[in-house]
Amino acid sequence: VLSLFCLGAGAGQDVGRSCILVSIAGKNVMLDCGMHMGYNDDRRFPDFSYITQNGRLTDFLDCVIISHFHLDHCGALPYFSEMVGYDGPIYMTHPTKAICPILLEDYRKITVDKKGETNFFTSQMIKDCMKKVVAVHLHQTVQVDEELEIKAYYAGHVLGAAMFQIKVGYESVVYTGDYNMTPDRHLGAAWIDKCRPDLLISESTYATTIRDSKRCRERDFLKKVHETVERGGKVLIPVFALGRAQELCILLETFWERMNLKAPIYFSTGLTEKANHYYKLFITWTNQKIRKTFVQRNMFEFKHIKAFDRAFADNPGPMVVFATPGMLHAGQSLQIFRKWAGNEKNMVIMPGYCVQGTVGHKILSGQRKLEMEGRQILEVKMQVEYMSFSAHADAKGIMQLIRQAEPRNVLLVHGEAKKMEFLKQKIEQEFHVNCYMPANGETTTIFTNPSIPVDISLGLLKRETAIGLLPDAKKPKLMHGTLIMKDNSFRLVSPEQALKELGLAEHQLRFTCRVHIQDPRKEHETVLRVYNHLKGVLKDYSVQHLPDGSITVESILIQATAHSEDQGTKVLLVSWTYQDEELGSYLTSLLKKGLPPSTS
Amino acid sequence: FFQYCLSGHPTLPCNVLKFKSTTIMLDCGLDMTSTLNFLPLPLVQSPRLSKLPGWVLKDGSTFLDKELKECSGHVFVDSVPEFCLPETELLDLSTVDVILISNYHCMMALPYITEYTGFTGTVYATEPTVQIGRLLMEELVNSIERVPKAQSASMWKNKEVQRLLPAPLKDAVEVSMWRKCYTMPEVNAALSKIQLVGYSQKIELFGAVQVTPLSSGYALGSSNWIIQSHYEKVSYVSGSSLLTTHPQPMDQASLKNSDVLILTGLTQIPTANPDGMVGEFCSNLAMTVRNGGNVLVPCYPSGVIYDLLECLYQYIDSAGLATVPFYFISPVANSSLEFSQIFAEWLCHNKQTKVYLPEPPFPHAELIQTNKLKHYPSIHGDFSNDFKQPCVVFTGHPSLRFGDVVHFMELWGKSSLNTVIFTEPDFSYLDALAPYQPLAMKCVYCPIDTRLNFIQVSKLLKEVQPLHVVCPEQYTQPPPTQSHRTDLMIDCQPPPMSYRRAEVLTLPYKRRYEKIEIMPDLADSLVPLEIKPGISLATVSAVLHTKDNKHVLQLPPKPPQPPASKKRKRVSDDVPECKPLKPLLSGSIPVDQFVQTLEKHGFSDVKVEDTAKGHIVLLQEAETLIQIEEDSTHIICDNDEPLRVKLRDLVLKFMQKF
Repeated sequence: VLSLFCLGAGAGQDVGRSCILVSIAGKNVMLDCGMHMGYNDDRRFPDFSYITQNGRLTDFLDCVIISHFHLDHCGALPYFSEMVGYDGPIYMTHPTKAICPILLEDYRKITVDKKGETNFFTSQMIKDCMKKVVAVHLHQTVQVDEELEIKAYYAGHVLGAAMFQIKVGYESVVYTGDYNMTPDRHLGAAWIDKCRPDLLISESTYATTIRDSKRCRERDFLKKVHETVERGGKVLIPVFALGRAQELCILLETFWERMNLKAPIYFSTGLTEKANHYYKLFITWTNQKIRKTFVQRNMFEFKHIKAFDRAFADNPGPMVVFATPGMLHAGQSLQIFRKWAGNEKNMVIMPGYCVQGTVGHKILSGQRKLEMEGRQILEVKMQVEYMSFSAHADAKGIMQLIRQAEPRNVLLVHGEAKKMEFLKQKIEQEFHVNCYMPANGETTTIFTNPSIPVDISLGLLKRETAIGLLPDAKKPKLMHGTLIMKDNSFRLVSPEQALKELGLAEHQLRFTCRVHIQDPRKEHETVLRVYNHLKGVLKDYSVQHLPDGSITVESILIQATAHSEDQGTKVLLVSWTYQDEELGSYLTSLLKKGLPPSTS
Repeated sequence: FFQYCLSGHPTLPCNVLKFKSTTIMLDCGLDMTSTLNFLPLPLVQSPRLSKLPGWVLKDGSTFLDKELKECSGHVFVDSVPEFCLPETELLDLSTVDVILISNYHCMMALPYITEYTGFTGTVYATEPTVQIGRLLMEELVNSIERVPKAQSASMWKNKEVQRLLPAPLKDAVEVSMWRKCYTMPEVNAALSKIQLVGYSQKIELFGAVQVTPLSSGYALGSSNWIIQSHYEKVSYVSGSSLLTTHPQPMDQASLKNSDVLILTGLTQIPTANPDGMVGEFCSNLAMTVRNGGNVLVPCYPSGVIYDLLECLYQYIDSAGLATVPFYFISPVANSSLEFSQIFAEWLCHNKQTKVYLPEPPFPHAELIQTNKLKHYPSIHGDFSNDFKQPCVVFTGHPSLRFGDVVHFMELWGKSSLNTVIFTEPDFSYLDALAPYQPLAMKCVYCPIDTRLNFIQVSKLLKEVQPLHVVCPEQYTQPPPTQSHRTDLMIDCQPPPMSYRRAEVLTLPYKRRYEKIEIMPDLADSLVPLEIKPGISLATVSAVLHTKDNKHVLQLPPKPPQPPASKKRKRVSDDVPECKPLKPLLSGSIPVDQFVQTLEKHGFSDVKVEDTAKGHIVLLQEAETLIQIEEDSTHIICDNDEPLRVKLRDLVLKFMQKF
């Protein structure tokens, strides 16, 4: 039995924060520990009281797995481990382990230092939390304990993003986190083998979108940037420091190079230079092309893209600025936005999804008058463009992953209810598997039916396969064995061996039946008639006439004696052991019917 | 289970394991010591080498003087250098299913195997192994191809002729099997057959065998391998290190519980302490440079060089060497330095943490940035403009037979101010130097071999406790030059099984079980019975299915419903289809209780007679006799089926079924 509980608003039917609790064969695993960017209160972190009401997190959870460094997947981690209290292992890939604390610290600074919030995790807590992290390699089988093992697969999405297989005995779950099934300019495509999990938990951010070709989107993006710059406008692209930012930088860098453009491109904050450095050091996680050419040319060393200084925002003339954070909810991107929003020559391009409650979400839904801090109203005259560059799988990609992994059940999370419903129907139709889409706080239980592994003695197996190799093996042959269950081990051995191991002797039960046959002939002639009769009827059996005058059918013995009083009657002694019960019983009833008239 | 031993070189192994119907090649090392018998390949025409006299037989015959040259009393083959391949005749190599590579030094024969033997399988290796292995091959091919040599000597290989040659040529083995270097297209073709794997990744082979690479601590991406089924475990240990250098530490725990542990790739210099050697290396280097001499370090383009550069990084300022240029010359120098920085996940903990900062894991990045270390693809081009003396040059090949090192040996050999420091342990330094004699330059031997020594091995074996150890014969006796050092051999109980080139070993296994899956519906139908406290039994009658080496037990199909029609059946229709065997019985029958039971079931004329071994129970009216003994019961009756069945069931009540 597998059960699953969505702790995070957002892991279920919502995009916002991921946190899923999975119980598999008695093991409890928490998948991601995300934060909701749209809230500034308690609601931003998952509600762990579901677990803590019954005891400590460490006692309940066997491990925590983080799929990638986006804060909606790892943002609550220091709160969870240091403030609520968890000391067990936390697994993530090396790049995630490297980048995750940087983003957490960055977010903490914005929240605490700039907004002055209290009751938030501290820098020290981030450090202490990261000490509990165990880094995993792709495809490495990590033995969490004797029974529980996990394995990471490449997920595309962002640097270091991974999908995880969680396996206990013969039961398994695959959790995708966010993934991308098409390679892009800097990352490869997600890949998984045919691991046939009992359950595949897939994100479904773009559940219904079958996105137009990426080339079109890129051309569109470049055209808009180019036009704005040509007419002297400024382009603001709010991004998260790592991820799409690098993808778009590579795109603009090559475009600038090709078109020989002069307008400056800036990348905000010190974080980004550092970010590009991470990409250089973790180049093995990028796509094949970048990996192959990195010795000659490192794609993350940009010629046209310079570091941004706050003062540049007021410079006259065109420019393109990548600024963090990506949803315009705080920080430098929001500052620049406020400066440039009033000019219709300027443009803001939102390259990714924005969570409800953020400025990004508001302007994308058409709001042009924004209430800022201190009741100030900001009028947005600049052009607002949305371009989906988030590296999520679209409906086609999700179907493709299901085809690759061949799960027995699918569960959709991290999407919007209506869209998920559509995809759910499609999945059930095409793959004939159950598809679930639990709401937050709802437990989904899935009954698995694993087969049971046992040890079979080689002697027994060889005996059976030897029989199976006979030419007449068309009919399924039955195998007979004794299953010995001792402690937690299961061993299938031959009955003889089972007796021997238990120190027991076999008790032989034998039957000898007297069958009277009317036949005046001599004994040996009677025997011959019986032999011919049996030979004719029992075609599939070994019937033998032995030199001592007896007949055997397999291991059943038949002997004939004259009746002591009646010369016309012969007595057949049919003798068999209990193991041959069916055949012995059949033989006596057959012989009782008498012999057919002699043909000779 | 067999092991075919295709290489006699203990650190460049090539073994083939037949394990549960799969054929697995473990490493394919290329023995390059054969090149020591050849003259060096100079990059620039060398008057000295071209003037060497031809070798003349004792009887004055000169027919070999074109092929063999003499230098300071040694005879060398004047030809393109050739390598000693693994044995290819011992078994049909096209039947090899997979090749497991343990480190980049042990894959150098790969193109010979994958491109010439009809091999169609898959090669497994880690990413650093493949990338750096590619660099080593590229360097090798490049250094041989860029000095085209017309001559390819073969006459001396004739068995009759070889007999007449001086040692070591006379004793060279399998010279007819020696081959010229492969080409880049062959390297690419070979490498394209590799599938990348990560440490602790479980790889299924044909459903029968699982192989897993483990960190071995010796080099970037170096691995030991576990080859196992559900019941047998073979550990293949090849090139492991317990020293803390740059690679991830060795995973020892996973080697536990092996039935067989194959042990290869131990240190080649068991008497030298690597730390001490690094110290000597630094001080000799500093002394030479201070005296105005140049230092030549023949080396591979990856591996120990990273550690040496790191030592120098810490050492040069304090030793006053800050202004001395360090040159690293190899066609793959740049790639090697770049690649070393991107394999953070394969590095030791300290280096891994640096990447999190983010900083390059190796300090040679800083040496390059500050212009202290410069790298060049060859001595031609930019290098000749930048070249300043005195300097330190790292370059290959450590055999001194090809590569840019040949040029520096010719250039610096005549001055006693200069020093050549040998750090790579693969070649005897005296043999390497032989064609350059007489030599004025100083020679320092500081072999750095971080692989396991015999003390570490004995500790490791105690720790992981394999049932059997298999190793090359060299490890079962003291080194030939130090025959009194009985501590320089493997000491374990039971004594190791040893192998030599071209030998087939039968590996000892005692396999008694196999894994089988019981399908859920069959499992539900089983009725377990507790026989003894804690031990339950269930009899299983099921259909066995075997596919892809996996066994599954299913519920037997339900017998087809007998046709409803009441047609007269022929006798033979009733013949039992197959023989559903009844279970075995165990137990004994207490006569008194049995008689009571009989009476309860309506037999009134029961009579009991004692016999020597037990009792006879007589049912007089039914003319039936039941012999009861300790472990047998015999019912003799008339052909009265209902009666017989009734008696049978009464007997069975006293029995346990198996």
